[in-house]
Amino acid sequence: MMAIPVLFALLFVLQTRIDARAQAEAQAQEELMLRSPAAIEKMSLGYNSLLADVYWTRAVQYYGERFATPHATFGLLWPLLDISTTLDPKLLPAYHFGAIFLSQSGNSGADRPDLAVKLVKRGIAANPKRWGLYADLAFLYYWHFQDYKDAAAAYLAGSKVADGPAWMPIMAARMEQKGGSIDTSRLVWSQIYESSANEKIRKMALDTLKGLKAEEDEADLNNLADQYRQRFGRFPSSFAEMRDAGLLRGIPVDPEGYPYVLGADGKTSLDPHSPVVIPEVPKTPPPLPKD
Amino acid sequence: MSSHSPAIDIQGLTKDYPVGFWRKRMRRSLDNLSLQVQEGEIFGFLGPNGAGKTTTLKLLMGLIFPTRGTASILGRPIDDVAMHREIGYLPEQPYFYDYLTARELLDYYARFSRYSTADRRTRVARVLERVGLTASADVQLRKYSKGMLQRAGIAQAIIHDPRVIFLDEPMSGLDPIGRREVRDIILDLKMQGRTVFFSTHILSDAEMLCDRVAVLHLGKLRGVGAPSTIVSMDEQGMEILFEPGEGRSLSASLAQRATPVGGRYRLDVREAELYSALDQLRDCNARILSVAPLRPTLEDYFMRLVERQPEQPTAPVEASTR
Amino acid sequence: MSTMSGVVAVNTFREAVRDRVLYNLVFFALLMIGAAILVGQISIGIDRLVIVNLGLSAISIFGLVMAIFIGVGLVYKEMEKRTLYSLLAKPIRRWEFLVGKYAGLVLTLAINTAFMTIGLAAALFYVGRPFVRSDASILVAVYFILLALALVTAIALFFSCFSSPMLSTLFTLGIYVAGIFAGDIRNFGALTKNPMMKGVTSAIYYLVPNFHNFNSIAAAAHGEPIPFALIWQNTLYALLYIVLLLVASSAVFSQRNLK
Repeated sequence: MMAIPVLFALLFVLQTRIDARAQAEAQAQEELMLRSPAAIEKMSLGYNSLLADVYWTRAVQYYGERFATPHATFGLLWPLLDISTTLDPKLLPAYHFGAIFLSQSGNSGADRPDLAVKLVKRGIAANPKRWGLYADLAFLYYWHFQDYKDAAAAYLAGSKVADGPAWMPIMAARMEQKGGSIDTSRLVWSQIYESSANEKIRKMALDTLKGLKAEEDEADLNNLADQYRQRFGRFPSSFAEMRDAGLLRGIPVDPEGYPYVLGADGKTSLDPHSPVVIPEVPKTPPPLPKD
Repeated sequence: MSSHSPAIDIQGLTKDYPVGFWRKRMRRSLDNLSLQVQEGEIFGFLGPNGAGKTTTLKLLMGLIFPTRGTASILGRPIDDVAMHREIGYLPEQPYFYDYLTARELLDYYARFSRYSTADRRTRVARVLERVGLTASADVQLRKYSKGMLQRAGIAQAIIHDPRVIFLDEPMSGLDPIGRREVRDIILDLKMQGRTVFFSTHILSDAEMLCDRVAVLHLGKLRGVGAPSTIVSMDEQGMEILFEPGEGRSLSASLAQRATPVGGRYRLDVREAELYSALDQLRDCNARILSVAPLRPTLEDYFMRLVERQPEQPTAPVEASTR
Repeated sequence: MSTMSGVVAVNTFREAVRDRVLYNLVFFALLMIGAAILVGQISIGIDRLVIVNLGLSAISIFGLVMAIFIGVGLVYKEMEKRTLYSLLAKPIRRWEFLVGKYAGLVLTLAINTAFMTIGLAAALFYVGRPFVRSDASILVAVYFILLALALVTAIALFFSCFSSPMLSTLFTLGIYVAGIFAGDIRNFGALTKNPMMKGVTSAIYYLVPNFHNFNSIAAAAHGEPIPFALIWQNTLYALLYIVLLLVASSAVFSQRNLK
């Protein structure tokens, strides 16, 4: 009789060994045995709603494991989201999640804004009365494709939805007039920060807002440095000089509290230790996805 | 004799089973059985295994369907389900829902007749008492011995006071006490004017209980009639029981035929030889214990019938009813 | 219960209870408790969705297993064990016996489902969602599941009249799966330009019970209202099909020679 718990203990130890080895391998290859959403839907035998939740949870975990790790790739994010939303087209959080993280680049996203657009469009087709999806689509057009026309159209379409918020038509107008300005970008990301329930997305929005603020600050400070040169014939050597000249009220710090660095050419830049990152906008925007 | 229709009226009942892998060939398990049982009779249905007794009962109960022929019970055809109110049935090797207790089982079956709740409860208690299961009434049937199951089976067959009761091997699995009790129940039922139709192997019971018997062999009816008339076909003899004494010994021929039976000897002789045998025994100073006529039993008739070659069937013997 | 079928039905229910069939409720309870506790931690923003999805799917699966595994033995077991012999000697017609067995199992399933629905409600309550009117669609989804279970039971009963439990299970399961894919089968036939294939797949579509009609789990999970028309259509469809199966079962069973 004692043999039974002993054998179970051995099995447990063996399994943890197997798992440890599998972990190491799994990071290298990304395994998703079945990729076809249609096939998975068939196999779900009617329980697709539940399976959607499973895949969605898996997508979130997949992203969370890789986020902010060096050399992270997110190759499976699209298939997982694709499957989740095929199994349950009304899985709203998945569309929102995909809108942000499929389009992000670097080690915080899959760098596939085209897939993000595809996903959100599918979401709109299945949930035409959800204004949040239109907002996400507009964001993608604005931020990743610099396509202000389509962004405005998306905001407008979203504003027509029954409980669409009041700022949507305003944003549509802004797109037309001031698309591409830092102000507009800050508005877009503020909306994302305010209306998203996802913690990661809110953090990302906040970080981007800080980056945008820093970008704005840099532009302002560069401007002031030019004014100083015009007045004094040379670039200022420190912010203290600018303050003494009455151009600044104090020593400027970035949104994370790190002081800016004044270069010899009068250009302001971020302290290298600062976590603030100014968002990069691609010089040539990627091509719009074909429908 | 009542002038009502017979309690059981079987006309040319035949049953074929398809056998073989392709189910093409037919095996005839009951061949053209015709039989009538009057109300108030205890009727014994005899035959070796495979004779067709259980087949007949299953046909009568509507569990299987005849290939040919008809039958009626109490004047109503066997496919008349409402007629089942008046009949009771104990199947061979009864198996009941083993998750029920005897009381629950009887209560369940009683619900198919329309009794009030109180009436039903009384009946259940009464019949449990009758078959001697009151003590184990609330034990699940899966814990019952074969004998107890048999009694529960009889109980469910009679709980609704049916006019005709069909029992398939009612004595099987019972010890001598149990068998005696079943015999008493059957006699009791007859006294109440009910008809009992039962099949059995135990010929002595049939002899003791039955007004009439039918003998079935290989699906065919071989004989019907009162037990006494069936066996009276044979020659009678005499049986002498004696204790040996000292004196002259028996003649060789007689000595050969004497069988020792626990300290005594039994000698069967033909009626004609009786007195010469007695003389010889007297000469040996043997002590005569009894002299009795040897009645061939139903068993002898039966064994002889069964040993006969199947290719030479006898015509069914119809003896007159009492 | 004064009808013969009613008597048999109550006894069938009693048998299920004594066979400890209702213990599956314990597993269901554990499942829902586990889900309610975990859901807040691992899924994001979809507590209600997961609980309703899980609960309804579990009700469906547990019920299906019960309907099939008990259903295929309903008549077969009684024939094998010969408990039917003494029963059919009573004044009960064969079809009354069938209806009684069927009703008993459906009753068991209904009670089982009712308890599970209460468990689901309790889990929803635990994760802090107060009940809103849109939760009525959960009840409708449960009702549809029950209709589907009743239909599956009728199929299993039909096979039970003449086939061994293993084969009956395969057949019943096969028909159920075909019923879920019925739409796809017909679409597939329509895609091939072959008129015979189209005819065959159309025939399959109309013959096989269309179980996808009864699946409203996703709608209930998202709190969407379920149209009233669907409710009475499904009810009627299920009723008609069940009656059809009971009549067929009766026809088969009434001719059967018991061994």
